[in-house]
Amino acid sequence: MSARTLSGKAAIAGIGATEFSKESGRSELQLSVEAVRHALVDCGLTPADVDGLVTFTMDSSSEIAIARELGIPELRFFSRINYGGGAGCATVQQAAMAVATGVADVVVAYRGFNERSGDRFGQVSAWAAAQVNTNGLDNAWTYPLGLSTPAATVAMQARRYMHEYGATSADFGRVAVADRRHAATNPAAFFHGKPITLEDHQASRMIADPLHLLDCCQESDGAVAIVVVSAERARDLAQKPAFITAAAQGSGRDQFVMTSYYRDDIGIPEMGVVGRELWRQSGLTPADMPMAILYDHFTPYVLMQLEELGFCGRGEAKDFIADGAIEIGGRLPINTHGGQLGEAYIHGMNGITEAVRQVRGTSVNPVADVENILVTAGTGVPTSGLVLSA
Amino acid sequence: MSGPVRPVVSRDNAYFFEGTRARELRIQKCKACGVLRHPPGPACPECGAFDRGFVLAQGEGTVFSYLVHHAPKVPGKELPLVIALVDLDEGVRMVAEVTGPVEIGDRLRVGWNVIDDELTLPIWTKVDR
Repeated sequence: MSARTLSGKAAIAGIGATEFSKESGRSELQLSVEAVRHALVDCGLTPADVDGLVTFTMDSSSEIAIARELGIPELRFFSRINYGGGAGCATVQQAAMAVATGVADVVVAYRGFNERSGDRFGQVSAWAAAQVNTNGLDNAWTYPLGLSTPAATVAMQARRYMHEYGATSADFGRVAVADRRHAATNPAAFFHGKPITLEDHQASRMIADPLHLLDCCQESDGAVAIVVVSAERARDLAQKPAFITAAAQGSGRDQFVMTSYYRDDIGIPEMGVVGRELWRQSGLTPADMPMAILYDHFTPYVLMQLEELGFCGRGEAKDFIADGAIEIGGRLPINTHGGQLGEAYIHGMNGITEAVRQVRGTSVNPVADVENILVTAGTGVPTSGLVLSA
Repeated sequence: MSGPVRPVVSRDNAYFFEGTRARELRIQKCKACGVLRHPPGPACPECGAFDRGFVLAQGEGTVFSYLVHHAPKVPGKELPLVIALVDLDEGVRMVAEVTGPVEIGDRLRVGWNVIDDELTLPIWTKVDR
């Protein structure tokens, strides 16, 4: 049994990022190369040590282009994960599987884009409906009818969730308030020094009713990179390792990308798949998590995740978060970097690096005694998650 | 190009858009086991058969959820735009562009939004009970 587990066999040794902005002024390839360099320096490795690269299917910079720019001589492993932000934690899972099996020794996961100054995800991405593949066919049922932005697709689920469980827009707003409070004390956050109140949230303009502007994450330029090596090797490198105790992907029954509307429950059961697998691999439970990084491109999904991951029962998240529980000092602080609403939207990869900082004890908003930490990837899509440990 | 984003059409969904051109709302039906399915696909998830046809929907259903899109601009649409999930009386669910405000539980009836000679889309209107 133990021979067949990934748990504990690999670790995140290095992390790196560019600054997060609305206008990087350089190419997406350059952003990713900079982030990978920073991550290698962080752990004391060099490009010559790297033999594997992993990124998102959506990323515009190929593994071989990264290798050329960095002077990485040969690659023994390269892989990509589909489904937008759902890929985040799965890139680390790919890297962990590669180093655990000896397929590669040093694998770097990266994601870089000009998602504000270039192709903005918040706008209608007509290309997504023009793809001649099954994703394009799936979008034939939505885009021509005008359902064509991420916020709108989430709003459909959010409205039903409110109807079923009595959650309100203010309940969603508490997630934004928590994120922005944490971002306010994080110098790397775009919204550093700019906390919001629940009244600010309620007064922000409607984007896709019931979602207000402040329910929606930022659009950002930037890149993040994460170095994964074996647990043994990580112990010999410059930083305290963040051991990969569990790493899971999940897709649910009758799964679509952002429009899984045809099952009885139009929530996010794919995150339940991830959660059950994370708890199985790790032998841990939600009660063992002193904090969590929950993917927060849209606030309603944070409530749904708390339920799918087992922190509370179905429909109970609004009560779980009501008393500041998800803010620093609460019983389950989330997104201590400010999340994607407060720090930046780097497709969730900046959440993984915050989890590593919490394990190292170097977060600007430290939570005490983080022995284990949960991180999740994009919601509404086939997704992934990690449990990292000190 | 003006007008809405156009659907990618393949062998697996062509019957639907051929139907809307003829002002028919078609639901895929497995000829082997009879199950109705939307969105469609080439293989029946119930019985595995590749033998599919369609039935005509009566064109009425009940709102399961909805949103009102305010921003950003959407090609070929006026804002605010109401989009719903409608549970058809036949038992399948469709995404539905709606002509005005709705609530969960409202009844809708289908009509037709003729874009051009090639493309007609369903558009739904609330039915007063």
